[in-house]
Amino acid sequence: MALKLADVRTDLHNDWCSGCGDFGIEASLQMALTEMNVDIHRVVIFSGIGCHGKIVHWTNAFGIHTLHGRTLPFAQGAKLANPGLEVIAISGDGDGYGIGAGHFVHSGRRNVDMTYIVHDNGVYGLTKGQASPTQKLGEQTKSLPQPNINSAVNPIMLALAAGYTFIARSYAFDNRHLKDTIKRAVAHRGLALVDVLQPCPTYNDIETKAFYSGEDRPDPSTHRPVPRVYDIEKTGYNPLITTDMTNEDVDKKTLEVIRISNEWGDRIPVGVFYQNENVPTYEDRIMRRVPFYLDQPPATQQIQLQNKKSAVDLSSLLKELTIGG
Amino acid sequence: MSSKTVNELNWMIGGAQGSGVDLSASSFARSCALAGLWVYGTREYYSNIKGLHSYFEIRTSGRQIRSKVEGVDLLATFDAETVVRHADAVNPDGGIIYDPAVSQTPIEKVDTLYKDEVRQIQARLAQEGLGSDVDAILEEAKGRGVKLFAIPYGALIQEIAKRLETSELTRLNRIVNVLAVSVSLSLLGLDRRYMEESVRQAFAASRKQKLVEMNLAGVDRAYEFAKEKFGEGGLPIRLAPIQNKPRMFVVGNQAVALGKMAGGCRLQTYYPITPASDESEFLEAHENFDLLGGESNDGKGSIVVVQTEDEIAAVTMAIGGALAGTRAATSTSGPGFSLMVEGMGWAGMNEVPVVVTLYQRGGPSTGMPTRTEQGDLKFVLNASHGEFPRMVLCSGDMEECFYDAFRAMNYAERYQLPVIHLVDKGLANSNMTILPPDPNLVDIERGKLILTSGGGAPKDGEYRRFAPAEDGISPRAVLGLKGYRFWNTGDEHDELGHINENSENRIRMMKKRMSKLETADREIPVTEKVGFYAAAGRPDVTLVSWGSSKGAILEGMELLEKRGIKAEFLQIRLASPFPAQAVRERLSEAKLVIDIEQNYSAQMAAVIAEKTQINIKHRVVKFNGRPISCNEIYDSVRQIVARPEANERVILTHGA
Repeated sequence: MALKLADVRTDLHNDWCSGCGDFGIEASLQMALTEMNVDIHRVVIFSGIGCHGKIVHWTNAFGIHTLHGRTLPFAQGAKLANPGLEVIAISGDGDGYGIGAGHFVHSGRRNVDMTYIVHDNGVYGLTKGQASPTQKLGEQTKSLPQPNINSAVNPIMLALAAGYTFIARSYAFDNRHLKDTIKRAVAHRGLALVDVLQPCPTYNDIETKAFYSGEDRPDPSTHRPVPRVYDIEKTGYNPLITTDMTNEDVDKKTLEVIRISNEWGDRIPVGVFYQNENVPTYEDRIMRRVPFYLDQPPATQQIQLQNKKSAVDLSSLLKELTIGG
Repeated sequence: MSSKTVNELNWMIGGAQGSGVDLSASSFARSCALAGLWVYGTREYYSNIKGLHSYFEIRTSGRQIRSKVEGVDLLATFDAETVVRHADAVNPDGGIIYDPAVSQTPIEKVDTLYKDEVRQIQARLAQEGLGSDVDAILEEAKGRGVKLFAIPYGALIQEIAKRLETSELTRLNRIVNVLAVSVSLSLLGLDRRYMEESVRQAFAASRKQKLVEMNLAGVDRAYEFAKEKFGEGGLPIRLAPIQNKPRMFVVGNQAVALGKMAGGCRLQTYYPITPASDESEFLEAHENFDLLGGESNDGKGSIVVVQTEDEIAAVTMAIGGALAGTRAATSTSGPGFSLMVEGMGWAGMNEVPVVVTLYQRGGPSTGMPTRTEQGDLKFVLNASHGEFPRMVLCSGDMEECFYDAFRAMNYAERYQLPVIHLVDKGLANSNMTILPPDPNLVDIERGKLILTSGGGAPKDGEYRRFAPAEDGISPRAVLGLKGYRFWNTGDEHDELGHINENSENRIRMMKKRMSKLETADREIPVTEKVGFYAAAGRPDVTLVSWGSSKGAILEGMELLEKRGIKAEFLQIRLASPFPAQAVRERLSEAKLVIDIEQNYSAQMAAVIAEKTQINIKHRVVKFNGRPISCNEIYDSVRQIVARPEANERVILTHGA
């Protein structure tokens, strides 16, 4: 039986501000789940603390609303214990790139096969609009007493440096693009980042919906707004790293990712920046050490016998440590 | 010397960290164990990779021993520093093995001594009218009756090089350790075959035949030399082989790892920290292990060990694994646990079974990373903002390390809460011969766990993860199980797991969570909560303690009994839920109670006062980072029993 959108929604009251980009992300995620027609009981969604965190409560799948910044380690623990789960981790920009930045980097080094979506709106909404790690230096969003004194982190470059094997950006109010990007991220073998630009209608009065859609700069001939957000893959950019590429080719692609990811202002790139499925996942790496890992992962191993005794035969280990006899 | 002491010995070896001291200590201990003797060894070292002083004490006996003793019978050295630091600990009829090449070394040239240590030693020697070098120290010891055994290591190594026709002197210099051990054993009259076997076993894993040959040549030459020079058994103590059962030779880290493995732990996360990491490394080295009667997967089970970026990730990753249905644990020390606290609170709030093994070390802050302490009890009992139930187990010896590690995994799942297993550096790094533990003494109990849909999955929305239950424990499904969808959140939540701050809901949920401790208290047998060791006859004094002080207390009680003081011992093994009733029963009638702990403020005494309203006036505390010896127990308890009114608080200070 095919999933319907109604199947993946709960009937709880949604308390996000009206006009929030979170709605776009929620809808795109739920549409992606529906279209992929996954076994919904295998899907586990993890979130952190901040407005984004409530998304798990609005979604009818296993939903684990974790601690501020800790989404990734929680999610990896579940995935490694049971690699059969379809794990989607979700953070906010303060959550994922601020307090959780350490986990962000080290998760890249592991490359566990799962998806990481970051709601990126430049502010800490739930604590009333302080600057987040992606707010630009010198910007002063609505509730800042002074212009932002810190430089912004570039999540795309950080992900590249850390070893993410799928790096994408999308926009909360481009449902089709976001949904498709999420589907590609889930299908990717390895850790996939989707950084989602989203307006915060309450606290970010700079990167607004009007800003992203370019309402302030109509096309002189058609008088229609020219969106700042553009899809790099529609300009002919190909994010794939393939095995037949030389080291030079890979270096060139890497520099290209860095160059494009630095664009901001009148041209804001979205799309898949980088995809490399040739890096072994953490699960592959465990398999090299634990040959039966995928058949008998930690979560499904029988740990007890019928008589409730331990299933482990410690005798050879005990013998190794025994003297005499 | 008419009569000789047989099979009661405290041997010490010291040297620069990284120079092979640990290998020599373990080969000495192994030789004794191979001869059927029981062994108890402690390791003292600095937080340093190479160069700073480390030393081992190996106590061996014909009966099982469980603690450190004061006084060294034979001190084996090959550098100046070990002589300078430890000669004064050698018993008057004991001996010192030393290298004459270092005897002229001035004290102030031992640059790994702290400056004030140098001044103290120089002042002491000056007072005795002695010089200011290693020789003066040796002379001082000789004056007390200590025998000196000069071993020209350099010359011996040259001879061995010639015999082996090798020019690899740098490599050969390492066998100085084997020479010191072999001379020791020769002086003690133990046949050389035990040392030879010990060497073979020590290098068995490295498969380097040449290394074995070099070391065996060392054993040979050292035994030969000691015999020529000092005769057979040059000390008033003799080691004689005895018939004995097979015994395990383990450190606390290994005992915990084995207990976890048997107890079903299949995901262990950790961030490197002293003195906890050895446990995780042991597990990682044994990731694939045998299963009983298992035909599938070649009869192999496995544990996944993940080194994380920090302790926050370690605990939250373990929690994630536990949500998916695996038994998961992490292992750390005090500084790491400080970082884990937010994860503990989340696990408490969401009723997730996760086990944290906490190896206490000297605190606060970085404190003394390689020294022991029992300073984290009140921290782990209270660590969190807000209130949630957690269980705290305190192991007193190697056997308890094993069984408690196993039981911790059970308790976590039965009561669906975080469990902290408290051990300490004293246990982690001490080695000991014990009878092999029996995993079949404990059943695996998973409580109200739903692993499969069994008779059919419930309809969507029927399963309520936090459904009310008489005992506070709701049926727990795992992630990915069809029909058992649930939500978790660190926010207060309703039965499904959705955020809910309704007042009645809050009261219901708090009561439900906290009541699990009452359930645990009701269900767990008293023998798992406290240990009780009766006195032979009406007790003069009741000793109360927890954790690694146990061994010293039990042996101290024997020493006390010889002097006519009958002591009984109450060991607190479960600090949460606190066994108030059992403790109250034991203490309310006691004549004189002494609380013994390795921390400054007698934390368990404070917990006992809080939980039982019994205020223990007499306290013996130790917080210099060195483990308690049985002699210290004997001395301090005697002191208090003799004049209770004048000795309410005794601070123990021994240990170099």
